[in-house]
Amino acid sequence: MSEPHGPAGIIVAQASPGTLPAASGVEIAVPAAEAHGSNFPPFDVHTFPSQLLWLVIAFAALYLLMSRVALPRIATILEERHDRIADDIEEAGKLKAESEAAAEAYEKALASARTKAHGIATETRDTLAAEAETRRKSLEADLNVKLAAAEVQIAATKTAAMANVRGIAVEAAGTIVNTLIGTTPTSGAVEEAVDTAIKG
Amino acid sequence: MASGSVIDPIHQFQIIKIVELGQPGGVELAFTNSAAFMFGIVALVFFFLTFATRGRTLVPGRLQSLAELSYEFVASTVRGSAGNEGMKFFPLVFSLFIFVLTANMVGMIPYAFTVTSHLIVTAALALLVILTVIIYGFVRHGTHFLHLFVPSGVPAFLLPFMVVIEVISFLSRPISLSLRLFANMLAGHIAMKVFAGFIVMMTASGVVGWFGAVLPLFMVVALTALEFLVAALQAYVFAVLTCIYLNDALHPGH
Repeated sequence: MSEPHGPAGIIVAQASPGTLPAASGVEIAVPAAEAHGSNFPPFDVHTFPSQLLWLVIAFAALYLLMSRVALPRIATILEERHDRIADDIEEAGKLKAESEAAAEAYEKALASARTKAHGIATETRDTLAAEAETRRKSLEADLNVKLAAAEVQIAATKTAAMANVRGIAVEAAGTIVNTLIGTTPTSGAVEEAVDTAIKG
Repeated sequence: MASGSVIDPIHQFQIIKIVELGQPGGVELAFTNSAAFMFGIVALVFFFLTFATRGRTLVPGRLQSLAELSYEFVASTVRGSAGNEGMKFFPLVFSLFIFVLTANMVGMIPYAFTVTSHLIVTAALALLVILTVIIYGFVRHGTHFLHLFVPSGVPAFLLPFMVVIEVISFLSRPISLSLRLFANMLAGHIAMKVFAGFIVMMTASGVVGWFGAVLPLFMVVALTALEFLVAALQAYVFAVLTCIYLNDALHPGH
C-alpha cells in the first residue's frame, strides 16, 4: 500500500507555523507557539515521554486483557460450537449408518422369508405330487388286478360256453338227423362227428 | 482557541495535561487527554468483548456475533499472511488491530481526541512490530534470519546491491508503517476541520454566505464518510502489514 495522504501530512507539518496553503484565502490561522517549544502538537517532543509512557501501559494492559481474558473466551465459544457441530454431524452419521443397517437387515429378513416360503411351496407341491402319484399307482395296480380277474373270468366263461356249444351241437345234430331220416343216431357217433367238425 | 471567526484546524491535536507528574530526570511527565483516551479505548474494547460474550451462547446474539466476527476476521488475516504458525502472534495482531481501529473510530466522535493522529504513538506501535520481528527472527532462526536480506537466485555481482536494497526496504518498514497511519488520520481530520470551518465562516458573513456554505457542507458529509472508511481501512492495513512482517520472522529467506 502506498501512502496516499503522506504528502498532505508533510505539507501541513511544514506549513504549520503560518497559514495553511489550502486555506490561504480564508482566515484560518494557527495560534502562536504555546508554552511548549513546538506549535504543531504531533511534533512537540515535550509530549513524547508522557505519550510513550501511557501508551506502553495502556497497550500492555490491552495485550494482557486480550491474550488472557477476551480472546481465550471467544476461542472457547468458537471451539465449543465447532465441537458441537462436529459431534452432531458424527451423531447424525452414526444414526444414518444404524438406519441403513436396519434397512439392510430388513431386506435380508424379507429375502430369507421369501426363499423360505418358496421352499415350503416347492416342498408342499412335491409332497402332494408324490402322494398323488402313489395313489395313482396303487389305483392302477388295483385296476390291473381287477382287469386280470375279469379276463380270467371271461376266459373261463368262454371255455364254459365253448363246452356248452359242443353239447348243444351234439344234441342239435341228433335232433336234425332224427328229423331228416327218422332214426336216432347213437350219441357216440354224433359226438365223434361234432368233434371232427369243431376241430375242422 | 477558536475565538471569533478564527478556526484552528490544529487545535484538535493539542495534548492537554490533566495531571502533572513532575519532571523525573528532566523528562516532563503528565497524565494527558491522550492517555485518558488510550485507557478509554482499552476499557471500551475489553468491556465490549466481555459484555458481548457474557452469555457464551451456542447460537450467538448480535453483539456476540460482532465479537466473534472481529476474532475470526483477524484470525483469518493472520492465517492468510503468516500461516498457522503465525497464530502465536494472534493476540499481538488482534490487540494492534483493535487498538488502532477503536482509536480511529473514537477519533471520529466530535470533540474526541484521536490517539493515532500523533506520530509518537504510531511510531511506537510500528517499532513494537519491527522489534518483535527482529527479536523473534534472531531467537528462532539465529543468523539464518539474515537470509531475509539475501534474495536467492540473484547473480553474484548484483548481490551486494540487492542486499543494500533489502536492508533499506526493511528499515523503511517501521517508517512507512507509522507514517501511513499518522498521516492518514492527521490529514483527514484537518481536511474535515478546514471544510467545517468554511461553513462556519460563510454562514457568519450573511445570507449570501448561507448558499456559499452548501458546497463545503456536502464536502464535509462526503469527507466524514471517507474518514470512516479510512479509519477502518488503516487499522486493517496496519494489521495486514504486521502479519506480513511477522511472516518474515517466521519464514526468512525468499
